[in-house]
Amino acid sequence: MTGLLSYKAQGIYCEAGDFFIDPWRPVDKALITHAHADHSRWGMKRYLAHHRSIPVMRHRLGEINVSGVEYEEEVNINGVKVSFHPAGHIIGSSQIRVEHKGEVWVVSGDYRTGESDHTCAPFEPVKCHAFITESTFGLPIFRWQTNESLFADMNAWWSSLARNKKNAVLFAYSLGKAQRVLAGVDPSIGPIFTHGAVENTNEVLRTDGMILPETTRITQEHKSGDIKGALIIAPPSAMGTPWMKRLQPYETAIASGWMQVRGMRRRRNADKGFVLSDHADWEGLNHAIAETGAERIYVTHGYSDIYSKYLSEQGYDARVVETEYGEEHEEKEANT
Amino acid sequence: MKRFAELISELDSTTKTTKRLAALKRYFVEVPDQDKLWCIALMTHRRPKRPVKTTLLREWAAEEAGIATWLFEDTYHIVGDLAETIALVLPNATDQSSKSLTQTIQDLIAITGAKEEEKERFVKASWRQLDKNGRFVFNKLITGGFRIGVSSKNLTKALADYTGQDVNVLAHRLMGNWTPDTTTFEELILQEDPDGDASKPYPFYLAYAVNDEVSELGAIEDWIVEDKWDGIRGQVIRRKGEIFVWSRGEELVTDKYPEFQSFMDSVPDGTVIDGEIICHDGDKPMSFGVLQTRIGRKAVSKKTLKEAPVKLIAYDILEHEGKDVRDLPQAERRKLLESVVEEADDPTLLISAVIQMQSWEELASFRALARERHSEGLMLKRANKPYKIGRKRGDWWKWKLDPLTIDAVLIYAMRGHGRRANLYTDYTFAVWNGEQLVPFTKAYSGLTDKEFARVDAFVKKNTLERFGPVRSVQPELVFEIAFEGIRASTRHKSGIALRFPRMARWREDKKADEANTLDDLKEMLDLYG
Ligand SMILES: [Zn+2]
Ligand SMILES: [Zn+2]
Repeated sequence: MTGLLSYKAQGIYCEAGDFFIDPWRPVDKALITHAHADHSRWGMKRYLAHHRSIPVMRHRLGEINVSGVEYEEEVNINGVKVSFHPAGHIIGSSQIRVEHKGEVWVVSGDYRTGESDHTCAPFEPVKCHAFITESTFGLPIFRWQTNESLFADMNAWWSSLARNKKNAVLFAYSLGKAQRVLAGVDPSIGPIFTHGAVENTNEVLRTDGMILPETTRITQEHKSGDIKGALIIAPPSAMGTPWMKRLQPYETAIASGWMQVRGMRRRRNADKGFVLSDHADWEGLNHAIAETGAERIYVTHGYSDIYSKYLSEQGYDARVVETEYGEEHEEKEANT
Repeated sequence: MKRFAELISELDSTTKTTKRLAALKRYFVEVPDQDKLWCIALMTHRRPKRPVKTTLLREWAAEEAGIATWLFEDTYHIVGDLAETIALVLPNATDQSSKSLTQTIQDLIAITGAKEEEKERFVKASWRQLDKNGRFVFNKLITGGFRIGVSSKNLTKALADYTGQDVNVLAHRLMGNWTPDTTTFEELILQEDPDGDASKPYPFYLAYAVNDEVSELGAIEDWIVEDKWDGIRGQVIRRKGEIFVWSRGEELVTDKYPEFQSFMDSVPDGTVIDGEIICHDGDKPMSFGVLQTRIGRKAVSKKTLKEAPVKLIAYDILEHEGKDVRDLPQAERRKLLESVVEEADDPTLLISAVIQMQSWEELASFRALARERHSEGLMLKRANKPYKIGRKRGDWWKWKLDPLTIDAVLIYAMRGHGRRANLYTDYTFAVWNGEQLVPFTKAYSGLTDKEFARVDAFVKKNTLERFGPVRSVQPELVFEIAFEGIRASTRHKSGIALRFPRMARWREDKKADEANTLDDLKEMLDLYG
């Protein structure tokens, strides 16, 4: 990758502006697309992010030196024009637009196109010359169903368990996926409980003004049998841990785009899988890329080799960029 | 069809046996007999002949999805299952179908001999009428492989629950040479059947593995010990003037092994023998590699009969003088078997010799030499117990030899599929030949999920070159590769082929230059090939 942005050992770098975007090693100035742990890492001297990313970043990284911007607000860094645009992925998630001497590059971070809910601003395409895209679900087997049919399935699953006095334990990442679930399910079916990691994130987001249905944190006080007919949202890292004992009797489900694939569903060993993702599906990626009008496409984490080959066939100048973003999202948060 | 697709997705979406059994029973209650029969047939691998070649299915699916064939193929590699890949890439259904399972299968049978264009029209039209689950099942009807987590044991249990019959009786009824065209649900499952199907084998009794804690099995005198021969477990049936040969996979393989026709003259009618089909030069067993040259072939040539002659090494007798003798104690069945084999006096029918040792320690040192006898280890059978059904703990144990091992360097990695679709988990390993690394085997299994994740990260950071889905990597990581056998092969660059290679462990304590050499492998080939 050469030009306005380039690839260095620390991450994606803008030489003209002397800043990094989502770097994975400590640097002086880091622009952050969103607050997920693999994009927003510890150890940067100064951070710049969308202001709605900041509460979660502070919650996770402690006291950091960070400034916030609004969507579309133009910032000048050493003569380079920088602005943030909604990516539809999680709260505050942004595509970062970088402009210098008439050349425009956009770093997508993670993004999701199509339907959205109030937990995150919908994706907006940004015209550019070069676009750096993720490809987490860059295969033609990934096609998301509508929110309506997805949540109808989820509500039906929860209701039928609740009727049998069982709990419905749903594994979803605590930042992003958990709020999508909360915004989509029917809270009249029964009470909603949360694992500490999910509730901590909810608290931060509620303080920042996000409206979510009422949830109760599960604590040491809850004994087996206290909770019945509830929906319980927990991070995937809580699966199979002793923490789950107090939720009996229960059945489990996982909310993830990977649940589209039978083998993945079986490997995760849950009773059920819901195909719920905060990334773009195949059509979403193709559509988003076409909308940018870019000729050069750099493909990062996901099925980057296959997807860039596909884009080349469609006439783009596409290539793979190795990054250190990926699936490790929230491994650490089980204990918080 | 819709109801059957529902059953499959129900079975697929739970890990609990009780729920699976309940789903099966509900299905049996709700559908007509003919659909029940087809369901049983499919779950016991009695699929009609493949009506359409999978290469055509792949082409048509890519066309319908509007994607290039390479993209379809790469996607298929990641998903790992053709039926599922097709179901997922196709656009949403535009129509609906109300065909039953039986009707769908009959339609598939009907197009088997049709022209390609007709097949194409039928398959594409069916795809357009089915939702994702329906298509998945429809594709499975064509491609086969209904491994939906229903073991024959569970299928039998659900049927027993539904019909009120004994599980063991049903297990036996489900075996044999039937298809839904030759029988009915009534006949196969419900009617008393004195005459029966002459070819019907008995369910095999399978052993669990025991490791080095054999002395916990009690007094050695209570056990009958034999070699565990390295061939194909099979049942040879002589009934009503005919010979039938079954492999353990419930496959009728009579025509593949014409040698056993000699039992017509040597073994009395009403006899069923359980044993190991192996290649044997008249003097001693030949290696499994020789037998392998016969397994895939349909026709048996004179040359094969001469170069790879088979014999049956008898383990057990299940039917004697037309009577089921499985309930007799092992020791008594053994006596019967010995008399049958002796009277037969047939060079194609051998008996697995009983190994008599005074102590477990003595037995252990005898076991250590198994590979030289072309045996895989030992079988331990409790002398006073009957012949059971399926894999059961307690009375039969296999005490296998430790595998052969070699330390090798990881040089290529490919993305896994199915369960491991987003990780690099399929590896090619090499050994040293002077300064060069020579690839000699692939291996996919043996590491924990955590280890796979770490190797995956290594692969992504240490890629040298990409060739499609394969990456060559910095030759740094060393793994201990375990395998069951070794033979010469002209198809491999290294000149050798391994049997059941897998990663025994990651040798993080070793550097690449400490891995084994091609000469080490050749030495093993000389010893055990
Ligand atoms: Zn993210
Ligand atoms: Zn990401």
